[in-house]
Amino acid sequence: MFGKFLRYIFFLFIIKPFIYLVLGVNVTGAEYLHKIAKQPSILVANHNSHVDTLLLLCLFNCHQILKIHPVAAADYFCNTKLKAFIFKTLIGIIPLSRKVKKASEEELFKDINNALKGGESIIIYPEGTRGEDNQIKSFKSGVAHIAKMNPSVPVVPIYINGPDRILPKGTILGVPFIADIYISKPIYYDDTPTKVFTERIKTEVEKLKEEHKRKEEL
Amino acid sequence: MEHLIVTHSVKITIAIVFAVMIAAMGSLNIIKYFFHKDVENYLIRARSFLFIVIFFTLGFTSNMYIAFGAIMLISYLCLKEFLSLIPTRKTDRKVLLWAYLSIPVQAYFIYTHWVTMFYLFIPLYMFLIMAIRMVVAGNTDGFLKSLAVMQWGLMTTVYAIGYLGLILIIPFEYNPVAGGVGLLAFILIFTVLNDFMQMFCGKAFGKHKIIPKVSPNKTWEGFIGGVVFSTIISALMAPHLTPLTLKQSLFAGAALAIAGFFGDVTMSAVKRDMGVKDTSSLIPGHGGILDRLDSLIFTAPLFYHYVAYINTIVIPR
Repeated sequence: MFGKFLRYIFFLFIIKPFIYLVLGVNVTGAEYLHKIAKQPSILVANHNSHVDTLLLLCLFNCHQILKIHPVAAADYFCNTKLKAFIFKTLIGIIPLSRKVKKASEEELFKDINNALKGGESIIIYPEGTRGEDNQIKSFKSGVAHIAKMNPSVPVVPIYINGPDRILPKGTILGVPFIADIYISKPIYYDDTPTKVFTERIKTEVEKLKEEHKRKEEL
Repeated sequence: MEHLIVTHSVKITIAIVFAVMIAAMGSLNIIKYFFHKDVENYLIRARSFLFIVIFFTLGFTSNMYIAFGAIMLISYLCLKEFLSLIPTRKTDRKVLLWAYLSIPVQAYFIYTHWVTMFYLFIPLYMFLIMAIRMVVAGNTDGFLKSLAVMQWGLMTTVYAIGYLGLILIIPFEYNPVAGGVGLLAFILIFTVLNDFMQMFCGKAFGKHKIIPKVSPNKTWEGFIGGVVFSTIISALMAPHLTPLTLKQSLFAGAALAIAGFFGDVTMSAVKRDMGVKDTSSLIPGHGGILDRLDSLIFTAPLFYHYVAYINTIVIPR
């Protein structure tokens, strides 16, 4: 309870003003947000920077943010007690082990399934890690497995442009830019093999990137 | 803390602006509820506009600190929008931080009335500093293009916007009717009305395209009608807000109307080059802040120079 209160305050007074005043967001496809906020959803996006997560969370109001959990690597975000406390409490992450030791799917995705069944949403980056130069790497199939286990939960493909300039991987100095977020129509798991469904999600994200291509050189 | 002197005529002007805004919003609502026409777009625009007017009123009528804070904020938002619009090289990230840093430094020069330094800071010192910093970064691939586009960005979003501050610090005795605040109010209101008149005349009489390759909606009729109406508006407003004589205000009105038009189409050309429709989605119904301030970027410096020229304003240092 206290943790949720802290997260609410943290987003209302620190993260939101920072994202909207210091940075800035242009949203395309905002009409889907309303629907997404009402029901548990799986938000799937490309990943270039830590800023991605803050941007996605800030699309929703502070009350809704409490019900959205970014899925994050346990070995990176929870390797010390302090980090675990900060990221779990303030950002609300669900830690996920990246080193799969053939554990059963049910066991591995237990926290995620519980969250979705409890009416909460998750953010997942199927690339598995942050990429560089705004390239979309191949998607790992975890997201499809989650969708398979929760077929009634919509998967929302999202393309984020900009954070690779704001705070690219391997830097600590941020530079202000306006980020663009493109949201596509939610899709549902359709009984295809998970590999095929993973590809389908990736195609949707790439389609968004292609549709809104900016000039890359002067 | 320097308080800004807001004279009677400035207060009346602001009151009229608010009255017009409220009347416009009121009539839009009447059209919406009684005639059941879809005016939602215009209402969103009007609401955003009211917010902008409130921002400027609060920002530029209390004291210098707030006014300079407002100018720096506007500059920051403009520069950020510009840099987000253009492709940037990864090696230039730190150079861009220097560009952002020029905003408070320039504000300091204006605030301390060090006008010569303001004149030279972006065109000369930032010109040198950016080149030096970029050479140190060491990436020669696309060097000249990046450097040139950044300097252009600084000139439009920091230097030109800085003139709002410069107009504000014009000594009161040069404009006993309304002071610096009055001159600032004049150029802001004039530029907005000029934009409106160009658009209105274009929509009402527009037939012959003026520069179809850059801005297909701009017509000769809109341009000429805009200039004519703006010149009249300038002559009507000038006695209450500026020290300009009738002749001077007519000349200033015509020149500024033309400059405003070119500010507008210049930003259109930039947007077309970058393949975007709006510079961002910051202001609902209007697009980005650069979409809104495009003509002001051209009119504000010209207006300052004209006023300074006819009144030979010399601020020490």
